[in-house]
Amino acid sequence: MTTTAQRTSALPNAYTSGRLPRWFAPTLFGATLVVGLGVIALLASSGALPEFSIVLAVLVGVVLYAVLITVIANAAEGRRAATDRLVTSLVITAFVVALLPLISLLWTVTSNGLARFDITFFTHSMRSVIGEGGGALHAIVGTLIITALATVIAVPVGLLTAIYLVEYGRGRLARAITFFVDVMTGIPSIVAGLFAYALFALIFGEGVRMGFAGSVALAVLMVPVVVRSSEEMLKLVPDELREASYALGVPKWRTIARVVLPTAGAGIVTGITLAIARVIGETAPLLIVAGFTSSMNYNPFSERMQSLPVFVYTQYANPGSQVDFYLERAWAGALTLILLVMALNLIARLITRIFAPRARR
Amino acid sequence: MSARSSSPASVSARDRLGDVVFRRLAIIAGVVILVALAAVAIFLIAQSIPAFLADPADLRGEPESFWHYVAPLAFGTVWAAALALLMAIPLSIGIALFISHYAPRRLAQPLGYIVDLLAAVPSVVYGLWGITVLAPSAVPLYIWLTENLGSIPLFAPPASGTGRTVLTVAIVLAVMVLPIITALCREVFVQTPVLHEEAAYALGATRWEMIRMTVFPYARSGIVSASMLGLGRALGETMAVAMVLSPSAIISLAILTPENPSTIAANIALNFPESAGLQVNALIATGLILFVITLVVNSIARAIVSRHERALESR
Repeated sequence: MTTTAQRTSALPNAYTSGRLPRWFAPTLFGATLVVGLGVIALLASSGALPEFSIVLAVLVGVVLYAVLITVIANAAEGRRAATDRLVTSLVITAFVVALLPLISLLWTVTSNGLARFDITFFTHSMRSVIGEGGGALHAIVGTLIITALATVIAVPVGLLTAIYLVEYGRGRLARAITFFVDVMTGIPSIVAGLFAYALFALIFGEGVRMGFAGSVALAVLMVPVVVRSSEEMLKLVPDELREASYALGVPKWRTIARVVLPTAGAGIVTGITLAIARVIGETAPLLIVAGFTSSMNYNPFSERMQSLPVFVYTQYANPGSQVDFYLERAWAGALTLILLVMALNLIARLITRIFAPRARR
Repeated sequence: MSARSSSPASVSARDRLGDVVFRRLAIIAGVVILVALAAVAIFLIAQSIPAFLADPADLRGEPESFWHYVAPLAFGTVWAAALALLMAIPLSIGIALFISHYAPRRLAQPLGYIVDLLAAVPSVVYGLWGITVLAPSAVPLYIWLTENLGSIPLFAPPASGTGRTVLTVAIVLAVMVLPIITALCREVFVQTPVLHEEAAYALGATRWEMIRMTVFPYARSGIVSASMLGLGRALGETMAVAMVLSPSAIISLAILTPENPSTIAANIALNFPESAGLQVNALIATGLILFVITLVVNSIARAIVSRHERALESR
């Protein structure tokens, strides 16, 4: 909290007099929280509120705290300190408010998702499943195939572009590429899906659906992320390394391939992993161009291919007569998806952690 | 970043085969990106033209003209995104300040990770959460608002019984753009020169006065561009809107009623699987319009950032 000085002597201290003691703000905060809980519990038990809500209780407590601390500080410390305390409580409130949806979301997904997070879910497709049972194997396989193909397209293009921008890029072309990579970053995912559809409809006729078209859409979303992160990493490679290599007579391309890229390697791989994590949860483009199906399809070049995000959506959106089973599968799919994305993020951080010292040399 | 020492009297060596191949490959990759982006624009335009020229009676809902079809969607897109930003920007600034200037330094990085976790959640999961958790629990609040503040057009009754309203969508969108805006704001807040901050403290400023005097002036354009990038994301967000909103083709400022303007992206996602022929063209045309809107928003953001960078350099 903001009161900094400590009471060390019995004499009135010029730094602490006219200031609230250090313990005051936290104590008041605890007290208002208790009051908030009490008020809401009372209202709930008397029937004025339909049910007890912890969120509402915390909210009441926080608002009460902000009002009280401002009034008290205004009286004890003056107007400026009161404003400062009000802002401090607002800033902390903002952080807590942002945590609420995160906690609520993780809690609902975990508690609802565990019901069907079983072996059947990972070993069966939805083929001829109407009610209970069934699983997301076809969707998981689809997601892995589509994302892998998107990575295969996006990484060479993105990495080579980054190399061009850092090592070769001069003049108009480099500026144009930088600008349009920025533009590409802002493409909404659904527009990328429409583009892939328009492209493949031109080749294969209207109404085309295939996994590979989904990969193209995801690659459009992935390329700018890969370019940006790789560019940053390549720029961090000290010029001395390049110059030392040139001085030994090593050709430029070998310098890039054997000196620059290995030095920036960990960072580049981290960036790619994060890019994969970003597109693996994309729903909209796959819904449009990869379609949805309840059967396994290993061939990304023909017919519809289910993916995990679209599986979650279709389980929710097209439930059969027994809605509960479909919702349970949707939650289990959502849990799988979140775990997948978090695993990728974790891997990215681990790569940075393990390889960073060597890259920084 | 220059790897080549371009002295005026540089001696050009004979090009080695490996060098030529490698440079060509790098250039080709860059050109592929330009071509891909051009292809996006060309294909979208080519596929939209039939919808612009078509007999409006063939469109979904039989509007008077194509523009009557687009208008409610475009309005809904901007409206929902604007509401989301209205909630997200103050919150994000607060969170970013908390992480950069209020929280103990050792906690700053883990706290940053926690906020980044919000960005890692896929949008379809947000949709599922919005419809099953947020919407039902917001209904009592909506009923209370329409009953007590119903005279304000924003809260005009009747309240939706399901909670599938523009406001719910805006809240979900706000949660989704929060981590983006927060991350960018945090970055510029941290860059505030420490000397400025210490000078403010030395003049006897409280922490808030220090932030107002040094951090905000320094970070103003950063906050604006972060918000614009968040806006771009909110405009293009699809699944959360498609799952949460109960759409109808109207333009209305009321944010709590069962009748809500849909957004372009959600409309495409909901109708594309069952569309054929001209309807597909119409959807692609709306996608083109969305593309243009986000392009304008992002360009403004980039322009602000680059102007700010130039201003800093010339300082």
